[in-house]
This record gives sequence, structure tokens and C-alpha cells, in this order.
Amino acid sequence: MAENVEIIKRASLWRDAWKRLLRNKLAVFGMVVLAVMVVAVIIGPAIIRWTTGFTADYVPSQIEQGDLVRSFSPSLQHPMGTDDAGRDILARVLQGGRISLMVGIISTLVSLIVGVSWGAIAGYLGGRIDNLMMRIVDIIYAIPYILIVIVLLSVFGGPNTPAIIIWLSEKFGGAGNQGLSQIFLLFFALGLVSWLTMARVVRGQILSLKNQEFVLAAKATGVSSFGIIFRHLVPNALGPVIVYATLTVPSVMLTEAFLSFLGLGVQAPYASWGSLAADGIKNIQIFPWQLIFPGVTMALTLFSLNFLGDGLRDALDPQTRKF
Amino acid sequence: MSNKGTILSIEGLKTYFHTEDGVVKAVDGITFELKKGETLGIVGESGSGKSVANLSIMRLIQEPPGEIVDGKIVFDGIDVRGLSIAEVRKIRGRRIAMIFQDPMTSLNPFLKISTQLTEVTRLHLGHTKQQARDHAIKMLKLVGISDAEQRIDSYPHEFSGGMRQRVMIAMALSCDPELLIADEPTTALDVTIQAQILELIKDLRTRMGTSVILITHDLGVVAGMTDKIIVMYAGKVFEQAPTRELFATPANPYTKGLLKSVPDPAHEQGTELYQIPGLPPDVAHLPPGCPFAERCERAEDICRKDFPPFVEVSSGHHSLCHFAREVYAESSKGLPKEEQ
Repeated sequence: MAENVEIIKRASLWRDAWKRLLRNKLAVFGMVVLAVMVVAVIIGPAIIRWTTGFTADYVPSQIEQGDLVRSFSPSLQHPMGTDDAGRDILARVLQGGRISLMVGIISTLVSLIVGVSWGAIAGYLGGRIDNLMMRIVDIIYAIPYILIVIVLLSVFGGPNTPAIIIWLSEKFGGAGNQGLSQIFLLFFALGLVSWLTMARVVRGQILSLKNQEFVLAAKATGVSSFGIIFRHLVPNALGPVIVYATLTVPSVMLTEAFLSFLGLGVQAPYASWGSLAADGIKNIQIFPWQLIFPGVTMALTLFSLNFLGDGLRDALDPQTRKF
Repeated sequence: MSNKGTILSIEGLKTYFHTEDGVVKAVDGITFELKKGETLGIVGESGSGKSVANLSIMRLIQEPPGEIVDGKIVFDGIDVRGLSIAEVRKIRGRRIAMIFQDPMTSLNPFLKISTQLTEVTRLHLGHTKQQARDHAIKMLKLVGISDAEQRIDSYPHEFSGGMRQRVMIAMALSCDPELLIADEPTTALDVTIQAQILELIKDLRTRMGTSVILITHDLGVVAGMTDKIIVMYAGKVFEQAPTRELFATPANPYTKGLLKSVPDPAHEQGTELYQIPGLPPDVAHLPPGCPFAERCERAEDICRKDFPPFVEVSSGHHSLCHFAREVYAESSKGLPKEEQ
């Protein structure tokens, strides 16, 4: 009897969800592509430098046939071709991928922290405070978010960058790094507009959870409101939060690409998939590879993220479970 | 029993809920006292205010819409109503603990048993992680869970209903509280488990010397467990008496009705079981007279007009009825026949 108990594997909630996720082919595809992408983005630039000597910023000084045409079509040496200045596009796409993925992930984290806390506190406290907090959300919702981001970026960009962002970018990238502080600003700007839906999702979850008996039981054992919100309620709302976060990443990345495409986001010397596409579009008729490769890479990544998000929703949301 | 001191005294407690339908007087002026080591049973139909009364003691009433309007709650010399929420939190779980009705929902499904059990002691006793874990294992063994060392890392869904209620009891008792409030601890369990859980509470009560308030709508449950019983109806105490006396000589028609509704194993097949006619009144719109008048067999005009007095029929035995003495006399007369 006792031995039998040992043999039965613990079927935790997460293990169950993981099993369901693995059954979803598109989600697995998404996960694999994303894993490959992340690895490529991290170690790719180093490998290219080691094999061909090119980095994202390396401009060859001497090119055969004079300096008339520096953008070459894809070849063995440059699998994605080179750009106007003769830089290797593969290296630039991988380098840009770092920025794009970072923007996606960090902005989502910002939105996660702000949105979850905001929604959980509003939902738990209820009443007037809830009303006030959610009306603030409604108001920010009503303003087109692209407008907010553009205003934020142009007001706080350049010489007006808030001290904390300069401090952060100096901490990570060294002093006087204008381009990097612009990227950090982008993280915050995008994070600050994408927490709204997260707050609503979490608030809805908390509202349905807070009248459950285990909350009363926790209160009866003397747990503080903070403890109840963050130790008891938020973990219960984690499923929808994870799902929504994975769907926020691609939408943030798309916004970043859009902003960079317009020249508002990531700026030289840094590059992201959006700014690479912006560079490429100028020459689309003559040198199509300058647009196609960054575009396809980004599309593939966004597809994968969306597939994974959908898969996670099916796996984590008990309501949509199929038996 | 042995200790004479009073652990809890409630005086004229009134807890109202302000709803769109008017003021719901869930608890309307109840008074009782609990001595150290004693067990008090609170009996009543659904909606009679039993649970609200006890949530009020721990200040767990949601405000708004709820509000403790009036009354005194004195726990071990402390006026609970005068405390700040932070001070109340120090009492909750540490000195007054509570067991809830439905063990299926009163444990957090997302947290391991260990997390939930250690939370209390780390909070109140300042245990380290390891101390708290050892203590939790000890408590699980105490409430009769085998393999406590392995089981402690399970999730609630891996436990059966009875085991979960044991975990709840372990959690409630882990800080060695002076007062344990058990709010219908066995309602959601089947009869055999019910007996086990009651036996466990009884056993732990004598071992740890905890005072217990046992809320239930099952007279059979309180009969064997309590020293004193309060019968509640429509937010008021209808009758209050030592257990033995209440069962032998009820002095209130409502209590009599309740006692008559308990199914008798010797009951003849085919004949209908007794039930009190009608439904409990809407506590938002109570009539001026006795709230039970509409359902009472012996109600007279005075019952519908005037609110009944709280009569002391014998020492420690009170009844809220215009005819308390008459009812008491009747049941005393019938005593030799039934011999409880």
C-alpha cells in the first residue's frame, strides 16, 4: 500500500498544463522557434565575427569593383546579403533581435509588475478605491496609446531624459550613451501603456477569487491584506496573467518596430528589426533582401509568440479545457 | 470546567448589513459568555446569524455593507471592537482561531499544505522556515495524518475532504489559541468522517485546554460536545441553557420544534417527519412582535404585537418567549415520560 503511494507521480497543476501544451503542435513549433531565436540572438553575433570577421557595425573599407555598390545579394559569406554601407545583414538582424526581444520582454515585465499590482489592489480593496483606480485605467485607455508613446518619447527623449533612465543606461552601457538611454526610455514608455489590459484581467480574476472561503480563512489566521493579495490571490490568477503576458510580448514588439520604422524608437548606432526594415524599405526595388530578411525574422518570431500564447491559454485556462 | 475565568463575553452585539433592500439585522442584540475551557454550541437555521455573530468576534465582517452597530465584545479582558485592524490581526490565528464549514474551499488550491501551515506560525510565533516546517509536521501528526513528512508537500487537491478538515484544524491549532471557533466544521463531510472530526476536536480540546464555540445546525452534533447551548433565530438568542437542560426541558416553542425535527432512529416508517411549518422570516423586514410568531404553534395575539421578554426560567436557562414559563413547565412535566 505504502509503496503504491510512492509510485504515483504527483500530477501538479503545472505538470498538467505542460502536458497539454506539448500536445499542441503549433505551440511546440512556437517554442522551438523562439528557443532557436533566443540562442541565435545571444551567441550568433559572436559566431559571425569569428567566422567572417563581420560585426553589426563593421563597414568594410575596401570593396572590389570600387565603392559603387556596397549592398550585395545573399551569398555564402553573407547569408542575408549586405546593406548600403556593406555591413553584414545577418549580423545586424541578430544584433537587432537582441534589442527587439529585450524591448518585448522588459516592457512586458514593466507592464506585468504595474498591471498585476494595480489590478490586484483595485480588485481586492473594491469600493471607492477600485472605482477610482479603474477610472484612471479607463481614461488612459481612451487616449490612443501610440500617441502617448510618441509624446513620452519626444518629451523625455534627447536632453530631457529623466535622471533615472540615464542612470540605468549608464549602469548597463557606460556613460554618455544617448542611444541606449533612448532604448530604456522605450522600455518604460511601452510598459506604461501596455499594463492597462493586464490590470483589467487581474482585477477580474481577483474579484471572482476574493470572496472565496480560503481568503476568509487566511484573514482569520491574521494574514495582512498585502499577504492575502500577493501570497494568496495573485498565484491563483497566474494562469490568465501568464497567457496575457505572452500575448503582450509580440504586441509590444510590433509597436516597437512600428515606432522604430517611423524613426521614433531605436536609433543609430543601435538597430532593431523595425529600424532595419525602415532602412531596407528605401531600396526595396533594387535590394529587396535588405527588407525581406529583417521582416521575415520578425514575422516568424511574432507568429511563434502568438502560437505559444494561444497554446498556453488552452493549457492553463480550465474553462477551455477539452476532455 | 476547571478554569473559572471568562475568556469571551458578548454583550448586546448587533451586526447589521446595509443592503438595497433595507437594513438586514443579521445579529440583533445577542449576549453570552464563555468560560475558559468551556464549549459553547450555537444552533440555528440557515440565516439565523450564527456565522455572522462569530465573524463579528474576529472582526471579519466586510465593511461596508456590514457594520457592528452596537455591543461589547470582550476577549480575555480586551475590548475587540476598540482595537485597530493591525492589533486584531495579532489576535486572529494566534489567540482566536477559526475552522470553516467547507474544507474543500477553505484551503488555497494553489499553495502547498506546507506553505499554508507554516504561514501562520511564521507570522505569529516568528518561526524560521525550518522551525515552522517541523511544527507543521508535528501538528499534522497530532490531527492524525499519517506520513506527515511526505504529505506536507502535497497540494490540497491531493487530500480528501476529511483530511483537508484535519489540515484546517491543524492550522487553527498550530499557534495554540485560547479560543477555537468551529463554524459548522462537519457540515460538508459525510457521517463517519463527521464523527472522526468531532472526536478529534473533542480530544484536542481536552488536551490543549482550548475553549470552543461550535456552530452548527445539527442538534446531534452539539449534544455530545458542548457544556452550554445557544439557540439563535432571526439574529436573536431564543434560548440559552446548559446542554443537558436544553435537551431535557426546552423553554421555547422554537427549540421544542427543533428538537422534534431531529429524526428518531425508532421513527415509524411511512409516517412523515416533523418539520416546523413556514420559513425563517426576512430579517430586513421583521414584524414588531416575536419573529417566530408566524410559525409558532402556540402563538397568540400578544406574540404578534409585542416583542417577547427574555425570561430566566431557571438558573442559567433563559428563553425569549411570552410563554417561556408555561413551555418550561410543560416540558418538565413530560420529562419522566421521555427520560433523556
